[in-house]
Amino acid sequence: MSEAVLTDSGDVLPGGGDGVVADFSADKQTFQVPWGKAMMWFFLLSDTFIFGCFLTSYMTVRMSARDAWPVPSEVFALSFGGDPIPLILIAIMTFILISSSGTMALAVNMGYRGERKKAFWLMMATAAFGVMFVSMQAFEWTKLIVDEGVRLWSNPMGAAQFGATFFMITGFHGLHVSVGVIYLIVTGLRVRSGYYDRTRGNYEMVEITGLYWHFVDLVWVFIFAFFYLW
Amino acid sequence: MAYVAIADRDHEQELHDPTTFITKYIWSQDHKVIAIQYSITAMFVGLVALGLSAMMRLQLGFPDSFSFITPTDYYQFITMHGMIMVIFLLTALFLGGFGNYLIPLMIGSRDMVFPYMNMMSYWVYLVSVIVLLASFFVPGGATGAGWTLYPPQAILPGTPGSELGILLMLVALALFIVAFTMGGLNYVTTILQARTRGMTLMRMPLSLWGIFMATILGLLAFPALFVSAVMMTLDKVAGTSFFMPAILSMGETMDHEGGSPILFQHLFWFFGHPEVYIVALPAFGLVSDLLSTHARKAIFGYRMMVWAILAIGGLSFIVWAHHMYVSGMNPYFGFFFATTTLIIAVPTAIKVYNWVLTLWQGNIRMTVPMLFAIGFIFTFTHGGLTGIFLGNVVVDLPLSDTYFVVAHFHMVMGVSPILVVFGSIYHWYPKITGKMFNQTLGKLHFWITFLGTYAIYLPMHYLGFLGVPRRYYAMGDTEFMPESAFTLNQGITISALIVGAAQFIFLYNIIVSLKKGKDAGSNPWEATTLEWQTPDTPPKHGNWGPELPVVHRWAYDYSVPGCRDDFIPQNMAPDDVPMAADSVSQSPDVGTHGSEGETDGPDGEPVA
Repeated sequence: MSEAVLTDSGDVLPGGGDGVVADFSADKQTFQVPWGKAMMWFFLLSDTFIFGCFLTSYMTVRMSARDAWPVPSEVFALSFGGDPIPLILIAIMTFILISSSGTMALAVNMGYRGERKKAFWLMMATAAFGVMFVSMQAFEWTKLIVDEGVRLWSNPMGAAQFGATFFMITGFHGLHVSVGVIYLIVTGLRVRSGYYDRTRGNYEMVEITGLYWHFVDLVWVFIFAFFYLW
Repeated sequence: MAYVAIADRDHEQELHDPTTFITKYIWSQDHKVIAIQYSITAMFVGLVALGLSAMMRLQLGFPDSFSFITPTDYYQFITMHGMIMVIFLLTALFLGGFGNYLIPLMIGSRDMVFPYMNMMSYWVYLVSVIVLLASFFVPGGATGAGWTLYPPQAILPGTPGSELGILLMLVALALFIVAFTMGGLNYVTTILQARTRGMTLMRMPLSLWGIFMATILGLLAFPALFVSAVMMTLDKVAGTSFFMPAILSMGETMDHEGGSPILFQHLFWFFGHPEVYIVALPAFGLVSDLLSTHARKAIFGYRMMVWAILAIGGLSFIVWAHHMYVSGMNPYFGFFFATTTLIIAVPTAIKVYNWVLTLWQGNIRMTVPMLFAIGFIFTFTHGGLTGIFLGNVVVDLPLSDTYFVVAHFHMVMGVSPILVVFGSIYHWYPKITGKMFNQTLGKLHFWITFLGTYAIYLPMHYLGFLGVPRRYYAMGDTEFMPESAFTLNQGITISALIVGAAQFIFLYNIIVSLKKGKDAGSNPWEATTLEWQTPDTPPKHGNWGPELPVVHRWAYDYSVPGCRDDFIPQNMAPDDVPMAADSVSQSPDVGTHGSEGETDGPDGEPVA
């Protein structure tokens, strides 16, 4: 079933599936990453289940709703003088959020190179993109609430569940972005002041912040697909 | 970056050495203090729930005799009893209490990986308990929707506590989930990343495997409860219709329309069924260690035990709809969920057989923890067998919402884990306090509790067959209930009151023994696992003195042939093991546990 493997140091390790188990359970850290990073991965796994439940509930509610569901390309259209352009605002928001992942990745790189100043400014750029995203979301909410009369509990365009799920899920995601902005600013200021040189001697904290930020971006891609494109 | 064992690192774990009374005992970051804080809070709130069950039994046994128990009160007691016992007592006690205390000690670490977050976990938990208990005192009282909180009735006027009680319940649950997440991330990361040298995963005591898997289940299952709590809060406060269909209530049409009550049931049970195993898996793990230690024998089939824990954990996510057979479901779903449900019986049965075979030909010491552990095998087998009845759709339909169900889940996830809780508290009490408890009182506590639970729950199975519905305030005069059912209810009530009172023996014992107990020494049970090998008893801040322990063997080297003692601590090097014949200097052949049929590695651990 499995062949034993002789290592350089003379230990005999079992091969095959048993070898995988032996290696995974061996006398070492299970994942060769810092503790904080491992913990962030576990948290994000848990958070994935939260968003998964939200989106699954949204799909169920959308199917059980009795009134017609509004057409997203009409609801989320903006006109600049001429004909309304479908999904234009959301396209810009998505572009901004994806770009912020780019600056975040650069910041992680600069952090590991020890270029504190560049890392700080890149993180501030990421945070600024985040703020822009939340502001545009606020604009979108205002348009829906004030101009079009959509409420959590009612919706002149059709099913009341549209407003309920939309505000709940994008609100929960916006909350994640806002927390991420605060997280970025705190970590960024500590990077600038050299706090991590004094306490840890490395800049893995930038990467851990980045993990969270990329996750929030990834979740947005799913919300975008399920809410705006369906 | 090359791997450096934790013990060899320059900068060891950051420890915040406590200086004042407040940082030492109140805002403490020490996992042992946090564990004790968690345990005391959980036991206190558990006592409240015990009191509630006594009130319910008084009403059921002697209806119309107690004017202070109104129907409204009764439903509030039922709801709060269930929610407190399942979440705020058992989950908190097993993971926050035992998890916190045992994980760092058993893996040879100085503390959890993030002590500050661990501290925050307790304080948020305390807030959630306070919010929960506060709901008794708000206008309208606590929620009376039943512990499953099914909408629409949970938030409709007319249900007790539909004003503020239900909101406080949902807030308390959300806070508990936040607290659990902070703790749970710590437990998982600590077990995976901070083990001492030599402690492979397959050398860990089964206690840790159980706690580890239960924590993972919690991290993946509580999100569903969190989401349903958020949505129900919005239904209640903002008038949304996630769970609320069009409803005629008290002759008036409600504003709600188009929601799906079944959606809540799916979300709730996607959390609720793993929750059963969040409570059961730590109990499985702890009881394995109790049985092995007090039977002086290696646990039978260690690797199968580990795989069974993992298999049960995985399967627990695809069985949830067996709680919903009567909710209306596509018959093929019923077929699927009945099948997966019955498959869980396989790994569970493996565990029960292995516990029994661990006792087989063991050198059993009938200590108090051992009594509780053996009692657990009885109650768990019993409750598990009735679970096979209820897992089948056709058998479940007539038995659903009767006392048969009440008897089943109390045997399998009420009594059984609680027996393990008692056994484990007795087992680790000497390490936690340094004192030995009173054995006679402990045995008295066991026999009253164990026999009493059978006196309570066996008759309930019969009531269930008669068709006596659960959750009813009073049965009244009905055709199908014979006189004997009412007499039985009185008997159950009297047994329940006696068992409830017996728990004060336990409290008296552990409180008085703090002062009057004899000094226990560092390893009174002659156990092998690391927590019994600490330099100080109770362990000091940082647990291990200057050097972290090094692990040389698995956790179950009991009664190894040829050795002087019948146990070899995990941190004893092969050359140091004292032999039966002192002149023999070669290291013992710890690799032969012939009777178990294990393949053992050079250090006595099973080779994966």
